Amino acid sequence: MIPLSAFKQGERGVIIKVQGSGAFRKRLQEMGFIKGTEVFVEKYAPLRDPVELVVKGYHVSVRVEEAAQVLMERQGQEAK
Amino acid sequence: MIKETITVALAGNPNSGKTTIFNHITGTRQHVGNWPGVTVEKKEGLIQHNGHRLRVVDLPGTYSLTAYSVEEIVARRFLVDDKPDVVVDIVDASNLERNLYLATQLIELGVKLILALNMADVAESRGHHIAADRLGTLLGVPVVFTVGTKNQGIKELLDKVVEVAEDRDTVSRHIHIAYGHELEKEIKKIQDIIWQDPSIGRRYSTRWLAVKLLENDGAVKEGVGALGGIGGRILAQAEAGRARLAQIYQDDTEMVLTDQRYGFISGALKEVLRVSAESKFDLSRQVDLLLTNRLLGFPIFIFFIWAMFQLTFTVGAYPMAWLDAGVGWLGGLAARALPEGLFRDLVVDGVIAGVGSVIIFLPNILLLFFCIALFEDTGYLARAAFIMDRVMHLIGLHGKSFIPLLMGFGCNAPAIMAARTLESERDRILTILINPLMSCSARLPVYVLLAGTFFGAGAGNVIFSIYVLGIALAVAMGKLFRLTLFRGESAPFVMELPPYRVPTLKSLLIHMWDRSVIFLRKMGGVILVGSMVVWFLGAFPRHPVAPALEPAGRSQTALTPSPAELSSARPRSGHEMEASEREKLRLERSYLGRLGRVIQPIFAPLGFDWQTSVAVLSGFVAKEIVVSTLGVLYAAGSDGNDENEALRRALRASGMTPLAAYALMAFVLTYVPCLATVGAIRRETNSSKWTAFSIAYTLTLAWVVAFVIYQGGRLVGLG
Repeated sequence: MIPLSAFKQGERGVIIKVQGSGAFRKRLQEMGFIKGTEVFVEKYAPLRDPVELVVKGYHVSVRVEEAAQVLMERQGQEAK
Repeated sequence: MIKETITVALAGNPNSGKTTIFNHITGTRQHVGNWPGVTVEKKEGLIQHNGHRLRVVDLPGTYSLTAYSVEEIVARRFLVDDKPDVVVDIVDASNLERNLYLATQLIELGVKLILALNMADVAESRGHHIAADRLGTLLGVPVVFTVGTKNQGIKELLDKVVEVAEDRDTVSRHIHIAYGHELEKEIKKIQDIIWQDPSIGRRYSTRWLAVKLLENDGAVKEGVGALGGIGGRILAQAEAGRARLAQIYQDDTEMVLTDQRYGFISGALKEVLRVSAESKFDLSRQVDLLLTNRLLGFPIFIFFIWAMFQLTFTVGAYPMAWLDAGVGWLGGLAARALPEGLFRDLVVDGVIAGVGSVIIFLPNILLLFFCIALFEDTGYLARAAFIMDRVMHLIGLHGKSFIPLLMGFGCNAPAIMAARTLESERDRILTILINPLMSCSARLPVYVLLAGTFFGAGAGNVIFSIYVLGIALAVAMGKLFRLTLFRGESAPFVMELPPYRVPTLKSLLIHMWDRSVIFLRKMGGVILVGSMVVWFLGAFPRHPVAPALEPAGRSQTALTPSPAELSSARPRSGHEMEASEREKLRLERSYLGRLGRVIQPIFAPLGFDWQTSVAVLSGFVAKEIVVSTLGVLYAAGSDGNDENEALRRALRASGMTPLAAYALMAFVLTYVPCLATVGAIRRETNSSKWTAFSIAYTLTLAWVVAFVIYQGGRLVGLG
């Protein structure tokens, strides 16, 4: 299991688990961060924080410290 | 039997195009206000459709109805307590999966629901084919396709609303989202107890109550707890159920329920959604790669902000000048039309001059809100927040706080209104509180006068240091407030980055107009009263400049007059006095002048004399007035060739030191923003408490800062 924050631009993976406090976890879950969901790292902001992700077909940004709470399993990289 | 008026609530995720649809439905017949007790905008409109009266209420855009954010609480309270006849869930058809999450919650709530699949064209162009009929059957909800931006499907949607309200629709049926054996067992156990009191079931869906209790929902628990005996038993059962489920699933029950809802959605989508070859070229993504590019992102962002500033304040200066001339013309007209006397003075100097001084900001505000609407509707605002969040997060703010804060350098009043783009109420109030520390353009004339007088060639640097001081104070106060008033976990940043869209002119104009009307209507009231009060203070007592040279007020105020003031008041008989001299005396003896003397001891440690104290008081209306009041009080009797130079000379002669001037500049920077800004704060926080707090804290801070500068400076020998 790798935290999502360790992913680089263009990498993708599958959510294993979302950690963190109740309200935060719940919010992420409601936005589609559910176990087994595929996440694609679109890009990092110019100052390296936050990070833009593609989840369930839409784009969403989270702070890196928040992404660290999402534990992932890495999948193949997108050909660039 | 249907009611006279059908109440329709529009629910939906942010960025689902809900507002566009609302605008199409209601057009200009909409009313914008606030939801009771919070600053969340409430829009509603009354329309006629095929002989039916529809009251359309636009709920805040939410991703869920969990009641974590104010928006969610507001939306939910309306749905549960006001019981609208029909709820329309506006769903972004190109982003179906996440958008349907809200739909599952609405279904569970047991409301009469219609699903509007919006942006159907976008979905189609992306190769998403949705079998609407099948989706409707699966969810037990009629489905209508709409394209909000092209005004398509709105009529069909309204037809459907009437049909559903009259129970004529054949698709509508009540479905349960199946949560699996264990969860269902616990839901049933709670429902069994609820059913013992049939009055609860008549008001709420018992299944919804049971599910919410298993989710440990605060608002529902509170409501159930208030029921007394049976409430206690229900809560106990729910608690036992949660404990048992946590054992089984090894996770919090609310997480399991969320999982299950998404499971239900993906099951439904397998049957309903067919994705044909996904188009390879995503224009929005390409645009975004440029606009948030690591190297170009910031320069482009700065350019956009610069352009917005130019448009708002440079281009806006022309209509502003016309309005200003118009106000002057109106004042002149009124002055000629009305007989001389108190009433004329009130109208001309109080009402027209006072309200006029605020009305002239209207072009700025219109332009600013047009730009912000453009940023918002195209989707760029979210990217600006994306780029800036790192910086803003340092002071505990959200990326979206950046634009309102930046606009503050132009004018705080519209800038505070721009804070509306922040979703979280805490972020919004915090941004509003520190906004006045961004030194607005009205303060610049004060700095120019003082710095020019006392710092000569160094004036530019001195003024710049004042701006920096403002930013530093904003950072410090932001941190302080975050640690004290807004303690606790800040809302997660999780922010959707919607695809770039071409906005419609209609929606931009409505957006702009809505906010400008608010400015005119609400602030007009505050400004009107405020300017009349200040006029009164400055204009009364009426004719103190009697031949008697020892005014009665002086002994009462019991303050030692400064030498400068004594000499100016000395022998010159009334008819010899120049008009400016008379004006000076009049102001000096007005309530405002007396007030200035009374409060002077408070300002003495800051190095302010009584004239400065009066000027600072008058600056409460608008900061640039500080200059004109100083002009009246100090530069009286100048030959009028160069008033500015005369004032400078008078200031230097008054005994004010550069240190005191700097302390005054810092004070002007920090203390109570002008009346217009206070009006905006009152309006935007919707709270007298926050308004009073804002006034109190800026005053205190200003005093402390000026004190530290003046006394500290003297200690190190600068005075």
